[in-house]
Amino acid sequence: MEKVKNKASKNGKASQTKHPKERYQFWFENMLLMRRFEEKAGQLYGQQKIKGFCHLYIGQEACASGAVSASIKGDKWITAYRDHGLPLALGSEPNALMAELFAKATGCSKGKGGSMHFFDKEVNFLGGHGIVGAQVPMGAGIAFSEKYNKTGKVCFCYMGDGAVRQGAFHEALNMAMNWKLPVIFVIENNGYAMGTSVQRTSNVTELYKLGSAFDMPSEAVNGMSPEAIHDAFYEAAERARRGEGPTLLELRTYRYKGHSMSDPAKYRTKEELEDYKNQDPIEHVRGVLLENGWATELELETIESKIKDIVNASVTFAEESPFPTADEVYKDVYAEADYPYIID
Amino acid sequence: MQEEMRMDPRVYLMGEEVAQYNGAYKVSQGMLDEFGPERIIDTPIAELGFAGIGVGSAMNGLKPIIEFMTFNFSLVAIDQVINSAAKVMSMSGGQYGCPIVFRGPTGNAGMLSSQHSQNFENWFANTAGLKVVVPSNPYDAKGLLKSSIRDNDPVIFMESELMYGDKGEVPEGEYVIPIGKADIKKQGTDVTLVSFGKMMKVALGAAEELAKEGISAEVIDLRSVRPIDYTTVVESVKKTNRLVVIEEAWPLASISSEISYHVQRYAFDYLDAPVHRVTSLDVPLPYAPTLIEAILPNVEKTVKAAKAVLYRN
Ligand SMILES: Cc1ncc(C[n+]2csc(CCOP(=O)(O)OP(=O)(O)O)c2C)c(N)n1
Ligand SMILES: [Mg+2]
Repeated sequence: MEKVKNKASKNGKASQTKHPKERYQFWFENMLLMRRFEEKAGQLYGQQKIKGFCHLYIGQEACASGAVSASIKGDKWITAYRDHGLPLALGSEPNALMAELFAKATGCSKGKGGSMHFFDKEVNFLGGHGIVGAQVPMGAGIAFSEKYNKTGKVCFCYMGDGAVRQGAFHEALNMAMNWKLPVIFVIENNGYAMGTSVQRTSNVTELYKLGSAFDMPSEAVNGMSPEAIHDAFYEAAERARRGEGPTLLELRTYRYKGHSMSDPAKYRTKEELEDYKNQDPIEHVRGVLLENGWATELELETIESKIKDIVNASVTFAEESPFPTADEVYKDVYAEADYPYIID
Repeated sequence: MQEEMRMDPRVYLMGEEVAQYNGAYKVSQGMLDEFGPERIIDTPIAELGFAGIGVGSAMNGLKPIIEFMTFNFSLVAIDQVINSAAKVMSMSGGQYGCPIVFRGPTGNAGMLSSQHSQNFENWFANTAGLKVVVPSNPYDAKGLLKSSIRDNDPVIFMESELMYGDKGEVPEGEYVIPIGKADIKKQGTDVTLVSFGKMMKVALGAAEELAKEGISAEVIDLRSVRPIDYTTVVESVKKTNRLVVIEEAWPLASISSEISYHVQRYAFDYLDAPVHRVTSLDVPLPYAPTLIEAILPNVEKTVKAAKAVLYRN
């Protein structure tokens, strides 16, 4: 029986290992792309070019980047509606993602999903899901099929701190552990579910401890540190690949913006926000690159401007793309090509 | 199920008591022995969780058969059916489908009182992205189940606890029945009786009674309620000019209301009487046999309805 690890500091476990230069370079570029893409998305939302619900990932980028660097090709990914970061980190086309926000036919989900439902089979991203907690058993099911087919691949199944209060979470963790499914359950604990703090939803506020109900290896990880996240994901994925089953990781992170575009986030203090901004993962990685002489200011500026170009190009692409035409209405509902829809 | 599982290694069966117990109603008798615990999987009592596991595995390449001990308990899992299984194809712009079968018994099954005696065929049928199949006899059950397992869309396959004991001719060999094609069980000229699932017995029983009085009823088994084979119903009504729909569910927003709408819309000029229907009364089904008798559709009520549309008594 595995013991629940209890190594959590306030911010969760820090990294114990030294990471190579290339990894820092990857993290820098990768996280910066997410940050700039979403800053732009936020602006465009303000201009009403992007509609619907839109939940930004700004501040949480390390949770995606540190994970992707620890994964292997063919691993599967699923998350909730705060889903812009993961596919960007996995290498999805920014053009297709921006076009999806614009509801264009060239979007990653053909304009049928929007901000909350990015999907990209190319990078094994099985979606953005809008029902809080529903993706947790689905993630276990994705892992079930990897085990069934003996692929050695794992599923990274993300959720918010709010999702762990759903029954689906507890049912999924129980079965995943009992059946030793190769799934890593990832709680992005950003402190709030909309306006409700973690403390207000349960007496158990150290969320990784929920794993102990199922004897699941679990730990809290510093969610602002790509190094710590990489280490934890790597270890968890290796355990899953060895057939030893799931892990629950609680990434202690923060969203700098409101829950969605309509939320001014008045339920939290400026100090709290500043505290996390001071631990910004992108600034941290920038510092490491410079301190070690792994990059010059000029090189980092070049990367900055390259990313700016990519993001601007994605906006142009999205703006110039057509909306889906009405003949799309009856497409992608059934796999069956000639399903007899009721047409009055 | 066995035949399909022998042919397609992606198919597996998951649910409560399906493996070691051989199925709560012995539907999966012997399957654990034949296919082993990797493919016949007992779950804890966690419908939402294992329905979601089924959906995730279907999105990722498998073809699960998820058994609900009865569809009453599927309500705990309905989020995964409606919000996940039926939606991933559309939300992903066609990138991910969900070839899954949710199956188990529906409807009343003796004196089980109100939480164990319900029909949700119309609930599921309302949702685009799903298919809903309700077989009425052993022969159809095999052919329709094979089609459902092979189908690449999510299928709700609703059986009947009371019919698990039914015996009927079921060929050993390979045959499939397409989803969405109604079956004209009996040709007739005076009135059309439309039903599906267990209520087909009531419809056929009523047709027999009516025949004794010289009334020729045409009896149609819808076989699936999403999609519905409207054409067969409308063609029949054009011939008989009268329609009674028999359904075990409650009346509001039911399959019978849907059929009635469709017939008034597309066969209005052919109707010689308003459409009638026989459904469960608009109340929960209690325990007492006298109350059950009063509430459920039966042959007598159906005969009465048929005579009403014929203006006879
Ligand atoms: C089942 C369900 N209930 C309520 C909602 C509305 N809702 C959307 S997001 C949200 C908060 C979730 O917070 P959390 O899980 O912490 O994720 P975060 O937004 O912080 O990433 C709520 C209540 C929903 N989408 N689904
Ligand atoms: Mg949260």
